[in-house]
Amino acid sequence: MKIGVLLKQVPDTETKIKLKADGSGIEENEIKWVVNPYDEYAVEEALKLREKNAGSEVVIVTAGPARAAEATRQAFAMGADRGIRIDTTGVSIDLYGTALILSKVVLEEKFDIIFAGKQAVDDDCTAMIQFVAELSSLPHVSPVEKFELGADGKSATVERPVAGGMKEVIDIELPCVLGCEKGLNTPRYASLPGIMKAKTKPIVEKKAAELLGSEGLRVTTAGWALPPERATGKKIDGEPNVVVEQLVKFLREEAKVI
Amino acid sequence: MQKIFTPEMLTEEQKALGATALDFIQKEVLPVSKQIEAKEPGLVPKLLRKAADIGLLMVEIPEEFGGLGLGKVASTVITEKSAEQGSYEVSFLCHTGIGTLPIIYWGSEAQKKKYLPRLANGEMLGAYALTEAGAGSDALGGHSTAKLSADGKFYVLNGEKLYITNGGFADLFTIFAKVDGHLTAFLVERNFKGLSFGPEEKKMGIHGSSTVAVAMQDVQVPAENVLGEVGKGHKIAFNTLNVGRWKLGAGSLGSCKELISRSAKYVMERVQFGRPIGKFQLIRNKIAECAMRTYMLESLVYRYAGTLDEAHAKAKDGAEKVKQLEEYVIEASAAKVYGSETLQFVADETVQMFGGYGFCDDYEVERFYRDCRINRIFEGTNEINRLLIASTFIKHMITPPMTEQSKTEQIASSDFAPSSVVKKVAAYLAGVGAKKYADKIVEEEALLAVVADIVIEGYAIESGMLRAMQTKDKLQGEMVRTYMAARIPLLKVAVRQQLVNIAAGDKKEFAKLEKALDEIIPEIVYDIGKGMDLIAAAVIPA
Repeated sequence: MKIGVLLKQVPDTETKIKLKADGSGIEENEIKWVVNPYDEYAVEEALKLREKNAGSEVVIVTAGPARAAEATRQAFAMGADRGIRIDTTGVSIDLYGTALILSKVVLEEKFDIIFAGKQAVDDDCTAMIQFVAELSSLPHVSPVEKFELGADGKSATVERPVAGGMKEVIDIELPCVLGCEKGLNTPRYASLPGIMKAKTKPIVEKKAAELLGSEGLRVTTAGWALPPERATGKKIDGEPNVVVEQLVKFLREEAKVI
Repeated sequence: MQKIFTPEMLTEEQKALGATALDFIQKEVLPVSKQIEAKEPGLVPKLLRKAADIGLLMVEIPEEFGGLGLGKVASTVITEKSAEQGSYEVSFLCHTGIGTLPIIYWGSEAQKKKYLPRLANGEMLGAYALTEAGAGSDALGGHSTAKLSADGKFYVLNGEKLYITNGGFADLFTIFAKVDGHLTAFLVERNFKGLSFGPEEKKMGIHGSSTVAVAMQDVQVPAENVLGEVGKGHKIAFNTLNVGRWKLGAGSLGSCKELISRSAKYVMERVQFGRPIGKFQLIRNKIAECAMRTYMLESLVYRYAGTLDEAHAKAKDGAEKVKQLEEYVIEASAAKVYGSETLQFVADETVQMFGGYGFCDDYEVERFYRDCRINRIFEGTNEINRLLIASTFIKHMITPPMTEQSKTEQIASSDFAPSSVVKKVAAYLAGVGAKKYADKIVEEEALLAVVADIVIEGYAIESGMLRAMQTKDKLQGEMVRTYMAARIPLLKVAVRQQLVNIAAGDKKEFAKLEKALDEIIPEIVYDIGKGMDLIAAAVIPA
């Protein structure tokens, strides 16, 4: 099987986001970049599928600047076979554009199945799976908590959580795009031999500008601002009846929420 | 300017190795830290085998024997990232260091082929047995014996080894015993008949690591299991410790960094007098001091690793590699002494900053405090290491070692003035001492210890300095200046007293000696307070 994984490099979740001095975007200098945590589930599921189907390969597809190759190498260290990086350096690109260039690679590679994290933890748009699936004319399910390949190898049964603690069980035809959720598996370690082998695995580069063609921006960014800092809280001391009275007064007169 | 290896030069790949090591510690080891400390049977070996599954035990083993054939730099990164749980760390270092390295350096092809792949994949776990009840620091004074059988097929070992790390579960031991009075190393498998093991020692720290006595009663060891040459065991014993000492420095470095990050966070959470204690100068200075010393340690440990990697890469065979280990004996001992004492300082100050909470085990810093105490004792006590450093330094002054890269030449002629000052002082004191005491200088241990202190500090300062000059990092530069301004006057006081002793209290004689000292060490006038402020501001979150 030819298994594709859509991978995104994101800032470490503990990063303190700072804006550039001129307000033109996020200051990237001090950011520690990591593989999007949900994408690790995607890589693991792909590797598990490869292990069960001899002769399969796992291909990592990512869009981003040169540094994004590090994330692909981390997936190599876990065991993925090769990579494709769409270089976005110097290209203004929005969600739709990113989905478009990824889908072009997906169509070109003719993957049997595509895994991706259910969302990227940087912008949390939770939209890429649906966009890529639509632009590639493939079915999709997200988030997926359980995956099993059908006996015919041409379909799969997946579980998707729905409201009220229930689960939808869905039969889906391959090829398809699946958004991976926490709990689907336990991602393996990047092993030391894996890390050493990673540098010998190929990453093919493509140019975002070429794949985009005449497609321009559908979304423009008006500006960047950090959320306002939270005001310090107020502590009311005293006997319960006095405290409640005070609290109601504050909520009514100062916070004006009741 | 001399170019040295610095952590800033780590490749993406080397960092990734460290990231996996840390990932493993956080996901597999820390969650069971309490069980490790409670000595849950089988847990530590199980963790080591899990570590082997992802390649953490194969780093320095050559590729043809199932390893990765990586060098000391890669190993340093992994070691320092494995330091958060002391008991596990000691077990891990024992296996990958003194448990495995003797075979890498001295093993025959057959021995390497037989044992290294199994040590790499965790099928066998290693240990090292040198110490005996009467042979601790006096490592050659052991009473264990080995006698060749009449048919020459095997040696019969008798005796008892003490304080053997990993002894409770290790499958393979490098055991030292005397053949006709000459120390020899043997590879002994756990299941060889006649080997028995004592109960776990009740220790002050690293409670979860295994430390037992190993008794040998007519243990038959095949003749092909002699490691290296018969009668040359002392070479193996001492050089293995050399490598172990650098590893101990690397492990101490990891613990120091972990403690600093914990205390920097804690002092901004703990509020007294209406403000975080991290806003008070005495607390900020503690963190600045810890950071400065740790920076020097980091510079020193990576420099040693880089130097050995470069040297080993050019070595044509194993024997030359061993020679290189011998050549850098001062640096290895300095990493051990400076590392263990820096960690002791950092752990102590961390407990102090945590106050009453630091004294209780919920906050875990007391574990680091207890665990680190052994570092000043094992792999050669710091006292033994100081004597070794000073005597080697003096020996090198008289007969410099062979190769061009030799440390002594650097010590005698560094192109960097301020750190060469420190070296000149060491050479001066050693010179004056040697003139007075001649061969008897070996008995003047107090003087030798001061020489060693200067050499160690000189190596630390120079490493920190060369690094700061390479990176041109302002904070690093500040740490070096502040550190030197704080340390050099203290060294001077110690040297001065030794000169008084050498002059036997004669004021005129002393005045002459002191004048020369003053000429070597210029007066340092530097605002340390400002330096500490800058360092603290960089380490403690705002």
